[in-house]
Amino acid sequence: MKMVTESFDHRLIRFTFRLLLYSGLILASFVTIFPFLWMVSASLMPSGEASSFPPKFIPEEITFAQYRLLFERLNVGRYFLNSLILAIAVSMISLFVNSLAGYAFAKFYFRGKRPLFLFLLSSMIIPSQVTMLPVFLLLKQFGLLNSYWGIILPGMASIFGIFLISQYLKSLPDSLIEAARIDGAGNFQIYWKIILPLAKPVLVTLALFTFMGTWNDFMWPLIVMSKESMFTLPVALSNLSGEYVQDTELMMAGSVITIIPVLVVFLVLQKYYIQGILMGGIKE
Amino acid sequence: MQTKLYTPYFFLAPALITLLIFFFLPIGAALFMSFTDFDIYSLGKLSWARFIFIRNYAMLLSDPLFWKALVNTSYFVLVGGPLTIFTALTAAILLNSKFLKLRSLFRLAFFMPVATTLVAVAVVWRYLYHPAFGPINYLLSILRMTPIDWLGDPKWAMPSLIILAVWKNFGYNMMIFLAGLQAIPDSLYESARLDGANWFQQQIHITLPQLAPTTFFVVIITIIGYFQFFAEPYVMTQGGPVNATLSIVLYLYQQGFRWWQMGYAAAIAFVLFILIFIVAMMQMFLRRRQEARA
Repeated sequence: MKMVTESFDHRLIRFTFRLLLYSGLILASFVTIFPFLWMVSASLMPSGEASSFPPKFIPEEITFAQYRLLFERLNVGRYFLNSLILAIAVSMISLFVNSLAGYAFAKFYFRGKRPLFLFLLSSMIIPSQVTMLPVFLLLKQFGLLNSYWGIILPGMASIFGIFLISQYLKSLPDSLIEAARIDGAGNFQIYWKIILPLAKPVLVTLALFTFMGTWNDFMWPLIVMSKESMFTLPVALSNLSGEYVQDTELMMAGSVITIIPVLVVFLVLQKYYIQGILMGGIKE
Repeated sequence: MQTKLYTPYFFLAPALITLLIFFFLPIGAALFMSFTDFDIYSLGKLSWARFIFIRNYAMLLSDPLFWKALVNTSYFVLVGGPLTIFTALTAAILLNSKFLKLRSLFRLAFFMPVATTLVAVAVVWRYLYHPAFGPINYLLSILRMTPIDWLGDPKWAMPSLIILAVWKNFGYNMMIFLAGLQAIPDSLYESARLDGANWFQQQIHITLPQLAPTTFFVVIITIIGYFQFFAEPYVMTQGGPVNATLSIVLYLYQQGFRWWQMGYAAAIAFVLFILIFIVAMMQMFLRRRQEARA
């Protein structure tokens, strides 16, 4: 056997290599998650405990005072609700709109399809800041600033979403659709009863991307939501961090509340997220 | 497939109309705005904006703050981008080791920052960087090094934001690299081993060339993303100290949505677009040439 004939030196080298690899990876993982550990730990300290030298890494006595303060005095429940409503609404509506368009691109033949698709794809390079000023004015004209619509309407369609869904649907066999058509199903019925159920994995992926993107987004909600009661969590957090610069523990609790929901959603559905990255990464 | 001619357009309509109203028409509108002196008075009455042709762009060229923002952003892109990609590639190659146990656990740890909210982690890092009480300076003090005023020192503020950006983003690129690595056939490495190539030589002569298409994609998305950096300086430094972290998008935000110089801000947005476009085209060109040579 090969193992038996291997020299001692060879095994030593391999052992050292593995030892280095594992210790390197463990150290790197610890450094990567340390900010999160510290955030959670500091959020459970009473005010002032984290601002000491040498720094305290474990709370002497766990307290939820910071969380209580956030929800009872600083209106964080409301921001949480705003973030949640927006993230759910945008993901659901855009899922519907993008899957309709993705279906058309994947399964229909029509004039100008290929140029239109390429045109959409290449316009993805345009940074969103270009459109922010006119869209802001448009929303202002229609009185939609400081309303959920200001974020939902521009988020209804995304080129990335259309691309993702159409790539997935292209791989489905046409025979299913033809069979349904022979049975007398209409186009919308086919989309609703056959395409959508088959496309479930990619729909979950896109919903997850959109949910996380909307939840984490900062610049657009900062611009659209200037009224305090309409703040999303990131906007509220950045606003608080201006006012409560010194209160480390409070800000850490605020960060925990902002991060936890999106992290939990990600952890539960990470398989779909990774698939989405890979699908987006594969160029034709 | 037998369908009426207009059927696909029904399916396309909601998305295309949305994109038209909130994306394509605004691009034209922004271009038009960038040729006007649209300001806070025009905000009250749109018709008060006057056409001033290219004066905004001419003003940008002689605006020291804009140049500062341009230099800062380039610094962030040119240093932060390669660092992020290098970290991602290293992590991916290590995680791709065949005998590695607990791979998915390591992968998850490296990916966690990607899944979280930028503003929240920026708030956390602001305290990690605290000159007196921050854990990072505590580590330096253990190593008997002089403490650094990370976010307060103009020399260190940008490197601080770059470190945060690398930490936050490398996991995403790592995932893409991992997929690319898994597509490289084992036989290539085996024959290289037979030829006596060591581990390092294998990475240089097999992994890197095989990963070229993946790397191209990663470089493009990283550059586009990094050109638009905004939340980090907004939350952590407000562009300071002495404008050391003022980015193009932060300057655009200040001009457009704080001082309501929206014509001027639109011009900044277009310069940003042109920069991104040029860099992407350059990448594409290099890639073509590389492919032609291969």
